[in-house]
Formats: sequence, structure tokens, C-alpha cells
Amino acid sequence: MDDYMSLLLLSKGLLFEIALVIFIFGVLLRLFEIFSLGRKKDLSEPKANPTIIGIKTIFTRSIPSYEMMTKRGFLIVNGIIFHVGLFIVVFLLAPHITVIDRLIDLSWSPLSSQIINFATVVTIFSMIVILVHRFTHPVMKALTTSGDYVAWIVTFLPIISGYMAYNHLLLPYNLILALHILSVDLLLIVLPFSKLSHSFTFFMARYYSGTISGRKGVQL
Amino acid sequence: MSNATLEKGINSFVKMIDAPIASFFSSCVSCGMCADACLFYQETGDVKYTPIAKLEPLRRAWEQEYTLFGRLKKLLGLSKKITNEELKQHTELVYNSCTMCARCSMVCPVGNDIAYMIRKMREGMAAGGFAPAGLIGASNRAVEIGSPMGLTLHALSAQIKHAEKATGITINLDKSDVEYMVLLSSMELINFPEYLEAIAKIFKQAGKTWTISSTAFEATNSGIQIGSSDIARILVKRIVDSAEKLKVKTVISPECGHAFTAIRYEGPNLIGRKYNFEVKHILEVLDSFNEAGLLPTEGLEKEKLTFHDPCSLARKGGVIDEPRRLLKKVSDNFTEMTDHGARNWCCGGGGGASAIEEGEPLRLKAFKTKQKQIEETEATTLVTACANCRIVLEEGVEHYNMDMPIVGLTELLAEHLVDKPKQKLKKEAKQ
Repeated sequence: MDDYMSLLLLSKGLLFEIALVIFIFGVLLRLFEIFSLGRKKDLSEPKANPTIIGIKTIFTRSIPSYEMMTKRGFLIVNGIIFHVGLFIVVFLLAPHITVIDRLIDLSWSPLSSQIINFATVVTIFSMIVILVHRFTHPVMKALTTSGDYVAWIVTFLPIISGYMAYNHLLLPYNLILALHILSVDLLLIVLPFSKLSHSFTFFMARYYSGTISGRKGVQL
Repeated sequence: MSNATLEKGINSFVKMIDAPIASFFSSCVSCGMCADACLFYQETGDVKYTPIAKLEPLRRAWEQEYTLFGRLKKLLGLSKKITNEELKQHTELVYNSCTMCARCSMVCPVGNDIAYMIRKMREGMAAGGFAPAGLIGASNRAVEIGSPMGLTLHALSAQIKHAEKATGITINLDKSDVEYMVLLSSMELINFPEYLEAIAKIFKQAGKTWTISSTAFEATNSGIQIGSSDIARILVKRIVDSAEKLKVKTVISPECGHAFTAIRYEGPNLIGRKYNFEVKHILEVLDSFNEAGLLPTEGLEKEKLTFHDPCSLARKGGVIDEPRRLLKKVSDNFTEMTDHGARNWCCGGGGGASAIEEGEPLRLKAFKTKQKQIEETEATTLVTACANCRIVLEEGVEHYNMDMPIVGLTELLAEHLVDKPKQKLKKEAKQ
């Protein structure tokens, strides 16, 4: 047993459990913070069914418009690559599916490690691209706050450490695996309280937005 | 708006925040795509006009009041306070350089309705005393005199007499139990009185009964523009009371974008109940006349036409197909702008911006987007359906030496109206 086994056990044991509890608490809290504010019933006569257009908007807003593709195509394409890459890496790697299976008793077929490895490289690359873009694009630069960097760092750490662990790079395997799981623990803790909360609130934002325009019969 | 203080402004921000706003701020990833949809950013390249950035004080009010970490930070004295100075700077951002056109709301990848939030933020800006003088004046005149431009019943009566003389049709004030109550905008009455004549001709031809209320003829709502629900409520209530007193079936919003959304969509929420009548934009009414065969026209326009969609009518009002169906009745040479309908670009003067004198240089700069759009079509006449857009477009066209007449769609249709007996029309409609 090497020196890092205890750290590894701690990261995937107690610390993971604590992180998971904070994550669940944080998500529920954020949802409560939003829903408890409520929304006044709209008394105006709707021109179309706002609920239907609201639900549609959750999906349709994923399709960028031609105008935005011509103006911010680079950001949009990079963003799609990042999100798809992240999804593949997080949910289609065999060890990750095992963890999910243990937690909620749900599993599915994994992708091959080679594909995941490639997706990881692409995701890492897209994250570096977005960081450089954030530094250089005038509007993004002006909007960026420390919160954006926090979100970037806590997302980047699990991906880079996972890649290093899979490819046995630089550090002893148990150490890098422990660091990988620790960074996931950190991500779970930070996610609900940071800009990463968009990962579960964007459904609501799109829905609300869709209902507002949908009431007027407009699908934006 | 009296006794406005910073505290009242901040309290109003806090009060305005609802679940949609909380979900919007929770979802923003600072991508800045909203800037690319904003004509003020597009034409100036100045990052301060990025739509989501205009909401920073409202965002902090949300964070400090409605999030765990924001509250903790506030308790520890670590949060950045909203100051007088900051809100003063935001007057230009929230009013002069935002027409609440909602183009930004349309492109946000996480779905944030930024225009919805600007509308709410203006409530706090007005309560705090940070609204522009032009809008304060317009709101005061609307409440005290009955029109944001200070137009009285005498002025309306004079225009009615003028229209009656020009058309030979009697226009009834305060006639009860008629089908329609027609609202007007001051802008129309002063600058485009031909609208009233057009209405008189079309309704006579269609055989529809209508009236104008002497106590609620003004359709525009400065309360919505400045961000004062109290004022907006007074103005809506006037219309509702008159319409219900006169027992009309339908209230018609004139060729004015924001007036339509104010009475049609915000109104019931302002007074806290549904109406006993319908609200329709004049183009919706004309479209229904047309469908019923009650809008016979003859001849086609010789000029090449294009149409400017008023934002509040199209993107924010859902009246998109109606003007196109109507235009095609009188033109076989109609061409669309590149971005039209729900994707249209604002003229630069909506949401009350045209009432802000000091905002004019920026407005004219922003107009360049519309100029490019118009020039690309190679049209020779521009048609629209909003008196405010029309004035702003006229100013822009003149400023940039564009040789282009601008006409209202209702008047255009009235010019082509065929004078046919009612019975004959009904017979044709049945066939």
C-alpha cells in the first residue's frame, strides 16, 4: 500500500459524501431561492399557450440563429464542443458510470476509453480557447468577474487531473487519482453556489423566457 | 415619483425581483452575446452598452437579498453597495441606450429575458429619482393633462372637426354601446392626423360602429416607459373605466407599439383583473375586416415598399403576419428587410427613448443599423405601424439625407379603399 492510498480513500469516501451532501443541499437551496420568490399570475389574455412555448424554448434556444453564428460563431461552436465533450467525459466513462450506478442504481453502456480520452483532449482544448477568448474579447473581458474564473478553475481541475490519471502522467497513479476525486469534490461543493449553477437553472430561465414571449404568440 | 430617494430605489429593485429574474441572474455565464443583438453596442462598439451589464445594480440587489452567499457577504460588510453615483450613471444605460426592444432577450443562450428585467429595473430607477427629465415631464403631463405631449380634449376636438370636414363622416365622442372604442396617440394627433381620417373611412366602409372617449383617448403609457406601475395603472384605469362605461366590445390600440403592449398585456396585471372587453391592435382589426371581406381595396402602390416592424408590435406583441397580409393587398412590390418580423431591429427610439432630449446624438448613431437595413432593400417607401417609430425614422432619414417617404399602414390602406355599398360587400364576402 503506497502513501497515497489513505488520501485516495478519504477523497472518494468521507469527503465525497460530504461534497455530495453539500451539492444536494446547494442545488435545493438555489431552487428554493428561485421558486420561493414566486411569480404573479398573468391576467392578460394569452395569444398562444405560454406553457407550451415555454417548454419548446428550453430546446429551441439551443439552436443558434444565423445572425449570432455570423457574429459569435467561434464562441458558439467552441461552447457546443465544450459542453458535448464534458457530457461525454462525465457521463460515458466506465468508472464514472460505476460511481453513478452505486449512488442511484442506474447504469448505461460506456464509450471506449480511447474515445473518452480523445473527448477529454478536445474538452481541455476548448476550455483553454474560452479562457483566451475571455481575456481578449472586449465584451467578455468587461463582463468577466472573479466568479467566472472560479467556475473555470473548478471545472478544469477534474478534467485535467482525470486525463493525467488515465494516462499515468507526471504523478503516482494513486496520488493523481486522489487529486482528481478531490477536485470533483470541490466542483460538487462549488457548483450550486457559483456561476456553474446555470447547469440546472438554465432550464428555468429558458422556460420563463419562453412563457413571456409565448403569451404574445411569439417563439423567440 | 415624489420624494424619490436612493433607499426607495433599492427597495423597489428588491421588490421587483421574482422567480424569473432570479433564474435569469443564476444562469448568466457572461458570454456577452446580448451585446451583439443590441443596436447601441453594434453602432458604438462601447462595451458599457452590453445589455446584461446595464442590469448590474439589479443583479447585486438580487444577490444581496436573495442568495445565501450574498446575504452572508452583506452581513460581513463585504458586498458592494448600490450608490447614488452608480444609479446616476445607469440612467443613460437603462433609458437612453435601451429601448426595451428585447432583441437581446431573443439571443441569450441561457434564455435570459433582459428586456423584462430592464422594465423591472426602471421601477427602481424611477422610485429612486434616476429617470430622465424628458420621461418625468411626459409622465406628469400624462397624469395631469391626459397626454404625455400635453394634448387636451380641445386639441382632439379640433382634429376631429378637421377629419370630419376632410371625410364628410361624423366622428362620435363618447357614444355608448358601439362595437369599438378607438384610442389614439398624441404623436399621431399632432403629426399624423390623417390616421384619424383613415379610421373614419375604413370603419364606415366596413359598417362598424365606433367611438372615441373624451376622458381616455390617449393610448400611450408613460408609466410603462419610465417604470412607474403607479402611473401606468392610473393611465390604464382611465381607458378601462371609459371602455366599460361605454360598454364597447373591443378597444383598439392605435399605430403605436408600446401602447399596444401596455393596454393589451400589462394592463390587466396593473389593475389586478381581467377586462370586460377585448383589446386589439388596429392592424389586427384591419386584418379581421380583410378576412371578412370588409376591406375592399383597389390598385397597387407604384413604389417599392418595405416594412419596419415596431418591436413592441412584432417581437413583443405578436402582430407579425397581419401587416404583411395587409401590405400585400396594396402592393406586389413589397420587400422584406434582412431581419424582419420577430427578428427586426429597433428604430432606436422605443421604450420612451425618443422622449429623452439628451439621448438624441446616441439615437441617431444607433439609427445607422436601420439605415443599412432600409438601404439594402432598395425600397423607395417605408411603411410602418407606430407613430413613435415613424417620427424617429423620419428624424433618422432626414439626418442621413435618405430620400424616403414614411407612411403609416392604416393610411396606406385607406388610400386604396373602394367605396362599395355594404350590402354588396356582404354578398361578396358570403361568396
